[in-house]
Amino acid sequence: MRTIKVPGKNNRHRVLMYAISTCGWCKRAKNFLRDNNIEYEYVDIDLCSHEDRERIREDIISRGGRLSYPTIIVDDRILITSFQEYKIREVLEI
Amino acid sequence: MTTVEKVRQRAESDAKSYGYHLTPDPESLKNLLEGLRQNEERYGYPLCPCRLASGKFEYDRDIICPCDYRDPDVEEYGYCYCALYVRKDVFEGKTPIQPIPERRPIEKQARAYAVSAETAAEKKSKRNDAVIEKPSKAKMKMWYCKQCGYVCFREEPPYVCPICKAKREMFAEIKTHEY
Repeated sequence: MRTIKVPGKNNRHRVLMYAISTCGWCKRAKNFLRDNNIEYEYVDIDLCSHEDRERIREDIISRGGRLSYPTIIVDDRILITSFQEYKIREVLEI
Repeated sequence: MTTVEKVRQRAESDAKSYGYHLTPDPESLKNLLEGLRQNEERYGYPLCPCRLASGKFEYDRDIICPCDYRDPDVEEYGYCYCALYVRKDVFEGKTPIQPIPERRPIEKQARAYAVSAETAAEKKSKRNDAVIEKPSKAKMKMWYCKQCGYVCFREEPPYVCPICKAKREMFAEIKTHEY
């Protein structure tokens, strides 16, 4: 699966975001990470192949998440559903 | 081709008829209207910009903006899932906007994944001249509003009648017979 990497000075955590290219909350989440200089990777699921879509669905479900976007996975273990700013701040220690 | 201005006019007119407002945040408004415009160009209908489409109208019908879930969401939280349509208190800044839970049932959400795969399988299958089963159709029914007589053909009745604004409870199924 091809992810798009957005560089940032803060790369203490590995941040992966599953997003939808037209989604307002996803845009807010992307802007938030960029404005806070967080390095992250993202995939716009609506622009993916159906195999990648299915892979993402399985990944989210296996982690106990809901099929709501953005879904943010930090360090391959913490899943955050939707753009919950306070949770993202807490997990990323910012 | 649809323009952002056309999408805005349509949304404003719809908001007005329900007593709603469009989000007071200009940046979000711009993004959401642009998302709707892009989706209309991509799918042929203004699909909710914050949800994943199957690309098949019959499966995406409930998330075409204004979606089936807008009215109950505005009633409960003050704004819809995308926060495009908001209530007066939210518009005036008295109620903050935070992400809200998805009201769309999980089985309907799952269609966006399954149908996408089926569509791809159909294409592949055509190339191989093999026969595959078609995706099962959504169970469509006829419904009428007991208050104003509005009739629609869909899986479930709307949460609110688009004509007289009566609640879902006012809808009854019209039994049809197949010969």
